[in-house]
Amino acid sequence: MKISRIKAIAKKELIQIRRDPLSLAMAFLMPVMLLFIFGYAITLDVNNLETVVCDLDKSTLSRELVAEFGESEYFTIIDHVYSQREIDGYLDRGEALVAITIPQDFSEDIKKGRPAELQVIVDGSDSNSATIALGYISGVTGLFSKRIAVRQRPPLIDTRMRVWFNEELESRNYIIPGLIAVIMSVIAALLTSLTVAREWERGTMEQLISTPVKTPEFILGKLIPYFLIGFIDMLVSVLLAVFLFDVPMKGSLFLLAGLSSLFLFGGLSLGMLISIVAKSQLVASQIAMVATFLPAFLLSGFMYAIPNMPRPLQIITYAIPARYFVSMLKDIFLKGNPLHMLLFETALLGIFGLVVFGIANKKFKKRIE
Amino acid sequence: MNNEAVAIRTEKLMKSFGDYRAVDSLDLEIKRGEIYGLVGPDGSGKTTLMRLLTAIMEPDSGQAWVAGHSVITESETVKEKIGYMSQRFGLYEDLTVMENIIFYADLYDVPRKERPEKIERLLGFSNLTPFKSRLAGKLSGGMKQKLGLACALIHTPEVLFLDEPTNGVDPVSRRDFWKILYDLLKEGVTIFVSTAYLDEAERCTRVGLIHKGKLLIEDDPAAMKKSFGYPMIALWADDPRGAMKVLKIVPGVKNISIYGDRLHIALESLELTETIASELQAAAIEMKSYGKIVPSLEDIFITMVAGDE
Repeated sequence: MKISRIKAIAKKELIQIRRDPLSLAMAFLMPVMLLFIFGYAITLDVNNLETVVCDLDKSTLSRELVAEFGESEYFTIIDHVYSQREIDGYLDRGEALVAITIPQDFSEDIKKGRPAELQVIVDGSDSNSATIALGYISGVTGLFSKRIAVRQRPPLIDTRMRVWFNEELESRNYIIPGLIAVIMSVIAALLTSLTVAREWERGTMEQLISTPVKTPEFILGKLIPYFLIGFIDMLVSVLLAVFLFDVPMKGSLFLLAGLSSLFLFGGLSLGMLISIVAKSQLVASQIAMVATFLPAFLLSGFMYAIPNMPRPLQIITYAIPARYFVSMLKDIFLKGNPLHMLLFETALLGIFGLVVFGIANKKFKKRIE
Repeated sequence: MNNEAVAIRTEKLMKSFGDYRAVDSLDLEIKRGEIYGLVGPDGSGKTTLMRLLTAIMEPDSGQAWVAGHSVITESETVKEKIGYMSQRFGLYEDLTVMENIIFYADLYDVPRKERPEKIERLLGFSNLTPFKSRLAGKLSGGMKQKLGLACALIHTPEVLFLDEPTNGVDPVSRRDFWKILYDLLKEGVTIFVSTAYLDEAERCTRVGLIHKGKLLIEDDPAAMKKSFGYPMIALWADDPRGAMKVLKIVPGVKNISIYGDRLHIALESLELTETIASELQAAAIEMKSYGKIVPSLEDIFITMVAGDE
């Protein structure tokens, strides 16, 4: 293997990229655009849920509870009604997502020390928001009952909750690092998916394979320029995460750079392998898109927690590099984990890269079929 | 196989695509210092043979050696010793002339201190010096081919393979191109060139006609014309097309082609001319005159291909 030949391929590829403004713009703008679109669109926080209240008790206590809901930023009380039928109307028309009914003997029960009941109806058509809304409701009522309990007698157990690693419970904080991992999976494979297929389509490959260039020289030389682009993309994404989305960055930037490089090596090699096998730019870019986006989005633990998946799917996730990168980025951003706590992910990411790079070398033939 | 005097040798070389035999049990021997012209109609197997010999395609069976090395077991060594210009322009259109040359100099590992002189020489004889920094895609057809040649020669190959290098190139550029090839020949480079132009085949030290993957005939052009097995006559008639129709079915007529008002007819023997005269008379076609001619390469090849069909 000759370094000079790797350099020659890399240099040639870099010149070609530089002279192709459209794909250059794509390479740099696409991750930014995706981060913007998904970063703002995917949020698991639910605010200002439209709520109707039916207070049949009309006591000081019940008004206090309603006020509690009203003051929380999660609920917006849009109307007070006095019958079940009116509630049905609001929910049917979709004007309200939550309906809270306070029964007549609500304050009476509390005063007598009996468990008081509260009827809550939540529109379950958006099950995600509904679940979150239910959580908020029990939060508000929990606090409320604790307060009146204190008034009546000293508390038996004083629960103090604290959330770790993401104190403000901002879903954005854990979405953005995961999102970067998903986006970079797609970008890395897309970047290299055209490069070999293009040489076949343009007829430059026949000339190239008639020279003594070795396969690893060719593949490494082609990886280098795209590695630089991918690294810059990664850097821009991290800057956007920290300065635009206000995600705290607690870990080491060097560790982040190192692990990102490892990830890029695997992702770019995968794109290269696809380009080698497909031999057509259109097919290659489509395969790269499907083969990276869906697994990275659905099976990486970004959207759905891996332990909740059926066993066979869990096994598949081991072969998806985004799985390791999602958890690495979350851990580095939010927990500031050092390398020795990320060894498992690092090792498997490294194995993935080497295996894919090896297959790409094996699949590339300096022959015309 | 390490005969120093032989540049290219094949033994029963075979390559099929499905049922189609592109190269069919082909035996070939080309000596060092030859310029060998491969001619044949489209789809006759020229490009496939070229790819087999440049070790970028694997044969189904048979053997081939180029510059003393097997194209099957020592393909990478062969690639170091040869230069190749594919039929389709194979250089990077978005790289400049100079960038393309340097790229190939790097791939062939041409020593740095030899480069300036070599590049200057290659640019000089191909008249590309004024276009050094022009993008290859912006060159004319003839200049592209010269750049292709310059890149194929950057490492001073022992054997040069050119697949229809002057296809679609204007006559003046074609003549320039062949001048360069002759200069290379003088330096001892063996050249294996395929062409569709028979005037170019005429300039080769040896010519081979390939059809359906087989060599039909092979010799130096002058000897080929002298020893061609069928006598050839030229015949002028007032209705050449009508005459052709009549004569085509006469037994012993091997091939007829029309050149304006003239027919070139390949015959099994010269005695057939009398039959021809009487056949034309019977068809009421006036034969103005006729005479025996030396066949051109075109006559020979067309007759051979027609006979093989």
